[in-house]
Amino acid sequence: MGWFINIFILLPVLGFVLSLVIPKRNEYLLSWVAFTTVGAQLFSALGFIGYWLFNQHEVLNLKEFSIFKANNYDFYIDFYFDHVTMTYLIIGALLTFIITVYSRYYLHREEGYKRFFNVIMFFYLGYNIVIFSGNLETLFIGWEVLGVSSFLLIAFYRDRYLPVKNAVKVFSIYRIGDVGLILAMWLSHHFWHENISFQKLNNYNLVHEHLAGHSMIGFSIAFLIFISAAAKSAQLPFSSWLPRAMEGPTPSSAIFYGSLSVHMGAFLLMRTYTFWEHQISFRIFVIALGLLTSIIATFTARVQSSVKSQIAYSSISQIGLIFIEIALGLESVALVHVAGNAFLRTYQLLVSPSVVSYKIREQFYNYVPRHKTIEDSWPKRFEYSLYILSLKEWNLDSWMYRRMWNPLKKLGSTWGFLTFKNIYIFFGAIFAIGLFLAINREYISPRWKEYLPVIFAFFGLLLVIKAFTERASVRLSWSLIITNHFAIALAISFNEDFAFSHHVWYLSGVILSGLLGYLVIQRMRNLKEWISLDKFYGHAYEHPKMALLFLLASMGIAGFPITPTFIGEDLIFSHIKEDQILLAFFISMSLIINGLAAIRIYARIFLGPHVKTYHEVAKRSS
Amino acid sequence: MKKSHSGFNLHESLEELKHFLPAQAPLKDFVHHNTLHAFQKDSFFDALNKAHEIFGYKVFLTIDEYRQLYKEGKINEAVLDRVLISKTAEESLTWRDRLINKKYTDQPIGRIGSLRSNWKSFYKIDLDSLVHPILFRIIGSYLDQGISIWNFPSSENGFLDSIKELERNSLVSFFKTERVKSFLIEGKYSVESLLKIVVGDPNLYEQYIFDQQFAHPGWSGIIAVIEENPTSLIDQKKVSLEDLIIFELLLEIDALDEHFGTIWSPLGLKLETLPESLFSDVIVKESTEVKRLWQQAYEWSYYDTVLLGLQKHTLKKEAEEKPSFQGFFCIDDRECSIRRHIELEDKDCRTFGTAGFFNVEFYFQPERSDFRTKVCPAPVTPKYLIKEVENTNRTKSDFHFGKHTHGLLGGWLLTHTLGFWSALRLFFTVFKPSQNAASVTSFSHMDKHSILTIENVNGEMTEDGLQIGFTVEEMANRLEGLLRSTGLLNNFADLVYIVGHGSSSVNNTHYAGYDCGACSGRPGSVNARVISHIGNHPEVRKIMAERGIHIPAETQFIGALHDTSRDEMMYYDLKVLSDVNFAKHNEIKVKFDRALAANAKERSRRFMSINTKKSSVKVHEKVKLRTVSLFEPRPELNHATNTLAVVGRRDFSKNLFLDRRSFMNSYDYKTDPEGNYLLTILNAVAPVCGGINLEYYFSRVDNQNLGAGTKLPHNVMGLIGVANGIDGDLRTGLPSQMIEVHDPLRLMVIVEHFPAVVLDTIKRNPGTYEWFKNEWVKLAVVNPETKEIFVYTNDEFEIYNPVSKEVKMTSNLLAEIESTHENLPVYLIQD
Repeated sequence: MGWFINIFILLPVLGFVLSLVIPKRNEYLLSWVAFTTVGAQLFSALGFIGYWLFNQHEVLNLKEFSIFKANNYDFYIDFYFDHVTMTYLIIGALLTFIITVYSRYYLHREEGYKRFFNVIMFFYLGYNIVIFSGNLETLFIGWEVLGVSSFLLIAFYRDRYLPVKNAVKVFSIYRIGDVGLILAMWLSHHFWHENISFQKLNNYNLVHEHLAGHSMIGFSIAFLIFISAAAKSAQLPFSSWLPRAMEGPTPSSAIFYGSLSVHMGAFLLMRTYTFWEHQISFRIFVIALGLLTSIIATFTARVQSSVKSQIAYSSISQIGLIFIEIALGLESVALVHVAGNAFLRTYQLLVSPSVVSYKIREQFYNYVPRHKTIEDSWPKRFEYSLYILSLKEWNLDSWMYRRMWNPLKKLGSTWGFLTFKNIYIFFGAIFAIGLFLAINREYISPRWKEYLPVIFAFFGLLLVIKAFTERASVRLSWSLIITNHFAIALAISFNEDFAFSHHVWYLSGVILSGLLGYLVIQRMRNLKEWISLDKFYGHAYEHPKMALLFLLASMGIAGFPITPTFIGEDLIFSHIKEDQILLAFFISMSLIINGLAAIRIYARIFLGPHVKTYHEVAKRSS
Repeated sequence: MKKSHSGFNLHESLEELKHFLPAQAPLKDFVHHNTLHAFQKDSFFDALNKAHEIFGYKVFLTIDEYRQLYKEGKINEAVLDRVLISKTAEESLTWRDRLINKKYTDQPIGRIGSLRSNWKSFYKIDLDSLVHPILFRIIGSYLDQGISIWNFPSSENGFLDSIKELERNSLVSFFKTERVKSFLIEGKYSVESLLKIVVGDPNLYEQYIFDQQFAHPGWSGIIAVIEENPTSLIDQKKVSLEDLIIFELLLEIDALDEHFGTIWSPLGLKLETLPESLFSDVIVKESTEVKRLWQQAYEWSYYDTVLLGLQKHTLKKEAEEKPSFQGFFCIDDRECSIRRHIELEDKDCRTFGTAGFFNVEFYFQPERSDFRTKVCPAPVTPKYLIKEVENTNRTKSDFHFGKHTHGLLGGWLLTHTLGFWSALRLFFTVFKPSQNAASVTSFSHMDKHSILTIENVNGEMTEDGLQIGFTVEEMANRLEGLLRSTGLLNNFADLVYIVGHGSSSVNNTHYAGYDCGACSGRPGSVNARVISHIGNHPEVRKIMAERGIHIPAETQFIGALHDTSRDEMMYYDLKVLSDVNFAKHNEIKVKFDRALAANAKERSRRFMSINTKKSSVKVHEKVKLRTVSLFEPRPELNHATNTLAVVGRRDFSKNLFLDRRSFMNSYDYKTDPEGNYLLTILNAVAPVCGGINLEYYFSRVDNQNLGAGTKLPHNVMGLIGVANGIDGDLRTGLPSQMIEVHDPLRLMVIVEHFPAVVLDTIKRNPGTYEWFKNEWVKLAVVNPETKEIFVYTNDEFEIYNPVSKEVKMTSNLLAEIESTHENLPVYLIQD
């Protein structure tokens, strides 16, 4: 009966594709397609689950096909079904179904009606790929889809400043989570000597045997997975993104940030539980961080004066508890908790505008001047300090900014001499030397063979940092992103098992998307549209098609699963040896920033308040 | 608006600033007002140009939109020609070409913000993004009315002192650097001393704080409102605009210190040339003049047909028989159609329109509440209090709004249990919407069965300086005023309905704006009950008889409430009716019900999701469903499309179909030859209807800056306002869902009287006069004897001959209503 899983992937694909081709003005058909496909999914899921539960309900695994195969490397799509998938399937299908029906009316006449349903369907597709995934590679495809669709939903009101700014912010945190996964995949590849499926993780002896000699790698893999889970579920230190994601129409915030998206971290932990179950130190770590998150988020929720941020922090604190439950091995409790929390927060967000009339009426009839709270009984100094900290969200937002982005900016600004004109000469020279050495490896001493990949990877990293921090030239920034990929490819070439075909996989998508992006930039310049990176230009207002093309180019160049580069990135990592930690670190950093830099260019040129003010343009603070 | 660069007077600058900031009260007291009230001293188009040039607001439709209207025939070519007559003959051709063909590439930016933009150019620092989030968060938490569970500690001594108290007793700080912290704690702050550090040049101080505060007009505006009127908050907080400016300056210095250390030069000293002063003279750009001409043509294309309609409109004079019943309704444009439907149901009834507080002004205090709510027009300060007793209703509660869901362990328990109840609720929310604790219902404003303290003997009972109830004499005065101003002095029917109105909705933060504007954004049910009680009072009738108004003994008044979103009616105190009248009422009620369903059907033509062609009963059910559906952002369209205010007898406009676009005030010129009652009416019509109209106008033409943008992403801040996301500025004005079908035309008040009397009348009250003189509302008069039309321009009445020749006729209004979602033309309804 495993084949039936295909239906659950194909239905959302169908819904998404159909929603793309329906004309913009046909609200009726757009929403109809959305709730019909999701509804069909919901009812077939209920039937399927009923059947499954009455028939031994054993774990199903469905190996689909290999996308790329070489030696002991096999990138294959794999689907999986167990009670965790079951729970997430019901929650996801039910909530998405309700929300699509809800939004059908709620978004009536809204500019971007079609875009909304496109993104919802895209998100829903990603969600299903993740929950049905049978290995990390498949999961990662869905994970990326979730990331991009979240970005697009938060920036749904793309003609205002704050949604765009916050969308980029959230995307950057998701990106950190993504790299956790990439590195986890890399390490686990070396750890298992294959791309292991989740099903095999259920084999206690196998896991135990592998972990015996490599407890450090085991912990590292678990830790990297945890980073990814914590980022997605807004746990410490990433929590501050969740309230900031509440920029889209209320139902989309309700379903994604109230329920589905934010519980994906918990899913990832449950999915990989059998892998870290016996790593007691890791479990203690998860419990500790979950508890800390819960407490801090609870206090933060208590001081929020806006209804959506209050719900966001309450949700975070419950997810902290869910993490604890998972780490304690109480999977069933955690699943019930996930469902209850998802439903409760979704409904709370949906009715959040009603809070005004409800509370005003409540106060009108039962006014209590000032609620005494538990904090009032504490020493004043402690109370006030805690209050200020909670109000400032424990500096989490500014901490991210200062610790992550400011150092990057400093590094980037040291490369001021690079211009669009000289970049090709400069890079061409270095690349030529590199290529020469890579082809003629016999000239290099073994010691240098170890250093060279790291040096070139670091060089690539610097390039992309410059791309990310460039404030003026769009073309320079875009070119640097492309060259970064070449630098990475070069760096890898120094490793023994240099395989040209792998580079083709990796670079074909880069070249294609790089070219597409470049053409869009040129087109904008030819149209005499002023573009630079010093602020948001909002050109999507006049050039929505260019915006879409450039978005595709950005996604492609960021290794999103629409070009072979996606596989290529994984391949690149398979060539990094397990002792080349520094190399893995530089390359993964490159990939984080690379995606960010591309999305940043997209956001700066096409999103935000339109520079042309002949029509109404929103204030920056609105 | 004189301003020169000379020194700085804090007090004056603050007053000036408050004047220009949005004056929108906290959500629960939302009342429509002219968004650009600060410019009202100038004539309309001058004011618009200033607002555009100085503050960068969009004040017209775009030229493309006008051209589209022209193409669609909604701007009449002949009217356009007449508008262009204002130019000389040869110029007129050029202007015509400019209007229709010339391409304009203006990228207008207001002067506001130009001084502060230098932070970015000279210092490479984005101050707003460093300061705004924390500033909004702190001020929002301080003012919060009940969202946070752990409130701002220590908020009794005013905003700055509370911050100081917190800073002094805390191990952590709101600030990142030391200098400002010591300023605050040692009390070394004043706007001037801080501006000296930040700006340096006193000539720029005022402009700087304008720039600074207009970077977040929403928060600044609400603080100015609360400072002025602290009782607009239930949980009162002391706060002032000066405090806000000081705190913002401290945060700015904090951000600058963090980047540059404590030594950096003030902004003013870096500038080589001074920026243009905010309020120096403005020119009228050609593109603005083009829009002005278009706007006039647009307005007159509509006015013209209405005026012609009124001129051609005649009503067969029937012998005045005793009407079957009489009904008073609010002046509100939403009541325009329900009156027509009632009249269609019963040809022998008479309806009247008047401001929906029915001339009884008071505070209302429901039982079990410590608060009073004003139920009369916003500018009036009543001296009376009416209390509700024996209310048996209890409010429903809903755990989704409770604080326990936000606790750690409480949340754990609730998510495991009630979380699944939420799933069920979600399901029903979408598939079977029904009334719940989250809904706002107009009928629950007052319990139907409660008793009101209406009568006061000898003015003795008082509470906090308010007299509880009216004395008989005071009652009579109010009733007399109501009857005389509307011209109902004789020929009373057995039943006189007094119908207030309110609105029901759910998930609607702007619910107060849906209720009766003449009752300060509350339903008019209490007022209707009070005035009916007065009308039925035997002692009052005696006094009325002495004053020449004889109300027959069999006549009885019935108070009622019309729910404008659900199209339902509730009647009050039916037990006082005589048996005969009760039987009559039951017959009339059936007619009302049919009229309500027909009204729902007429309204439904604007709702895309309802098929208007279905039977009125079916459509009515769907219309009702909208008001309890969480997913419905448009329970009703409120005042959208309002453009007219007709002041005259019902016979003046009875057979004219005005498509719910008109406020209607009953008024009989014959009983008021000197215009005394007319003055009272215009005193209310200009600011109330004019205010509504202009708020719709400006929210429509610049929904991003003068309106609230789309309501879909709105997030409730502290129960006082809405913002986008969690760290946006408060949004003022109307959300796009309320204005999208509105045509931005100024209100035209049309009075049935003699021009000389009207001209004399409007000059008697300077406040009212300003509205007309500066043309914020247009004024026309139809001479009741000759039917000549006069239009008020340049402070005199000029005769007006309509451009249009024919008024459309229809004998099948229903077919017209079912035919389109768009505005309908003016029709003469034939029997």
